[in-house]
Amino acid sequence: MTASPTTPEPGQGGSLPGGPVEHSLIQSEAVESEIEALEAAGQPPAAGRAVASQWKLMWWQFRRHRLAMASAVILLLIFLVAAFCEFVAPFDPLAFTPRYTYAPPQAIHLFDRDEQGDLVLRPYVNGFKVTIDKKALRRVFVVDPTVKFPIGFFVKTEPYKMWGLFTLEHKLIGPLDPSNPMYLLGADRLGRDLFSRTVYGTRISMSIGLIGVALSLVLGVVLGGISGYYGGRIDHVIQRVIEFILSLPTTPLWLGLAAALPSDWPPLRIYLCITIILSLYGWTNLARVVRGRFLSLRTEDFVTAARLDGASEPRIIFRQMAPSFVSHIIAEVSLAIPNMILAETALSFLGLGLQPPIISWGVLLQEAQNIRSIATAPWLFAPGVAVVIAVLALNFVGDGLRDAADPYSHR
Amino acid sequence: MYRFIVRRLLWMIPSFFAVSLVSFIIMRLPPGDFVTSYAADLATSGSPADQGTLDNLRHHYGLDRPLYVQYVTWIVNALQGDLGVSFEYRAPVADIIWSRLGMTFLVASCTLLFVWAVAFPIGIYSALRQYKIGDYIVTFLGFVGMATPNFLLALVVMYISVVYMGYSVGGLFSPDFVNAPWSFARFMDLLHHLWIPVVVLGVAGIAALIRIMRANLLDELHKPYVETGRAKGLPELTLVLRYPVRVALNPFISTVGWVLPTLVSGDVIVATVLSLPTAGPILIQALKTQDQYLAGALLLFQCIFVLIGTLFSDLLLAWLDPRIRYDS
Repeated sequence: MTASPTTPEPGQGGSLPGGPVEHSLIQSEAVESEIEALEAAGQPPAAGRAVASQWKLMWWQFRRHRLAMASAVILLLIFLVAAFCEFVAPFDPLAFTPRYTYAPPQAIHLFDRDEQGDLVLRPYVNGFKVTIDKKALRRVFVVDPTVKFPIGFFVKTEPYKMWGLFTLEHKLIGPLDPSNPMYLLGADRLGRDLFSRTVYGTRISMSIGLIGVALSLVLGVVLGGISGYYGGRIDHVIQRVIEFILSLPTTPLWLGLAAALPSDWPPLRIYLCITIILSLYGWTNLARVVRGRFLSLRTEDFVTAARLDGASEPRIIFRQMAPSFVSHIIAEVSLAIPNMILAETALSFLGLGLQPPIISWGVLLQEAQNIRSIATAPWLFAPGVAVVIAVLALNFVGDGLRDAADPYSHR
Repeated sequence: MYRFIVRRLLWMIPSFFAVSLVSFIIMRLPPGDFVTSYAADLATSGSPADQGTLDNLRHHYGLDRPLYVQYVTWIVNALQGDLGVSFEYRAPVADIIWSRLGMTFLVASCTLLFVWAVAFPIGIYSALRQYKIGDYIVTFLGFVGMATPNFLLALVVMYISVVYMGYSVGGLFSPDFVNAPWSFARFMDLLHHLWIPVVVLGVAGIAALIRIMRANLLDELHKPYVETGRAKGLPELTLVLRYPVRVALNPFISTVGWVLPTLVSGDVIVATVLSLPTAGPILIQALKTQDQYLAGALLLFQCIFVLIGTLFSDLLLAWLDPRIRYDS
């Protein structure tokens, strides 16, 4: 693998915001600029490599992976949407408008012609013409290009609670006249705004991934660590258990566990239980990675040296060994999140995961379950597209991190 | 080698009891039992049953005995071929599940063959053209394949076939053949329907296998023995296919071990969307109605099916790959 080192784009300095390893920029300014100069000249930063911290090396490696960098930006946007979904969603996700049942998506037009016929920046969406299909006996919406509803950014709306803490009365995007329809991704069978619902679903789906992985990580690090550090009989038992769990078909078992949750439980408790059920399987892979790292590091010279120096066990683990496998674990974790998200989506889709007052991508896809509704309203697939984008981005970032965390890969 | 086989076979016994215990716990986990939901059904239909009848029912089905007795009774009966009675269908579980499990087996095996047939050439191609445009396209499509939930893919396939091709794709048979006895025409009809679930289920596995095949082959391609072959003037294709590919083949055999669980898992969801007559849809139904013996038997057999697949792939690997030693 001898690809020539890529030169970074101008302006892509060390201060690039938002990367997942942003906090690693602890280099002094002088070395930084020297390295930048060398990199810009198309040479590997040999001078910097000797003094660069491990995180710094990872960051260089990661930055070369274009797809991973782009995905990291997308991922950041997704997490921002998840964090600020009340502000991003133009409407209340539960508010229904029977007039607009299955209304199709309205495209945003940024430019409009003014009276003189010149293009001006004046965003709007087109209105609908409603006709009745006599044969199928239902309303058919046609986008009416003559009707224009002006829309705007940071529009004033009804007051709403942000994070349930304080009141705001502006939304990121919305119609200037709140009574006008604006269905960016269309409406569902109750006339609820699918865009707002998908935005709210982002919070639940992404957080299930994060919390589930956090739980698996605790289990995985503890059990994998014990397994790898002590070895012997206890290692044997834990490994057999992991192999056994990995050889089970997951979905039927998840379904069985999820079906056991009483349906009269409050949504939050169901949400937590589903997360726990998912992490009961997720810890196995993380435990394997942790164990593998422990096994290979245990015999390294620097660990032996530390032991001969009289370092205590916790010090050896956290001070000597941890720095060299934390990066691997971060990479594995980012590859485990998408599996959690896919699993939640599948369970909720089948109606055995999260239940309707909660909005997740899987719950939204329940609407797309029968062929009649997706044939009349293909935009019901939108939450599915969100799933694919989020999972893809997480996979690419994880892949990039894994490559970057491997000290032996010098592409 | 024989010691390994014997040990691997003996290992199946604790595995079997472990999966049966897991299945039993899951089927008894929901609060209440079938009789509770049966009573609720009767109550809503306006003729509530008295406590005596319900107790009799419970006693008849053995639901009033301690849990470990229920487990032992269930597993002993199961080993003798009696899997209990489905409350919902009012028929022995064994009568209901065999054809369903057979279909799951059929769909899973066909998918596995399909996954191999597609991933093999593409994986080799992708490795030989590393960092070329073809490799990038394959890699990207592979990631998309892994990122798409298979039920979503099933929905999209259904949507396309209904809206653009004008026919519905549910099931594994046309209406005329659903209950017909096996014949050549019925077999052809099956093939006509089978390809959709096979493709839908196979996509994620293909994507994963291509990546593994590519990585394995890349590891081999730069080894000295390949260089030697090239120096001796072997044509490139013959060289690659005869040596490094053979070494890189392991994942194709070990896939049985990890693709099978995902296929059985995927079957549950995809079969529900495409209304296939496999084990998945009735498992979900049984879990929702707390039809415990039916759900338990299905869970048990799906797990056993996967365990046997894993055993098979382990044995095959041990036989094929001389580097794997099991006598440590």
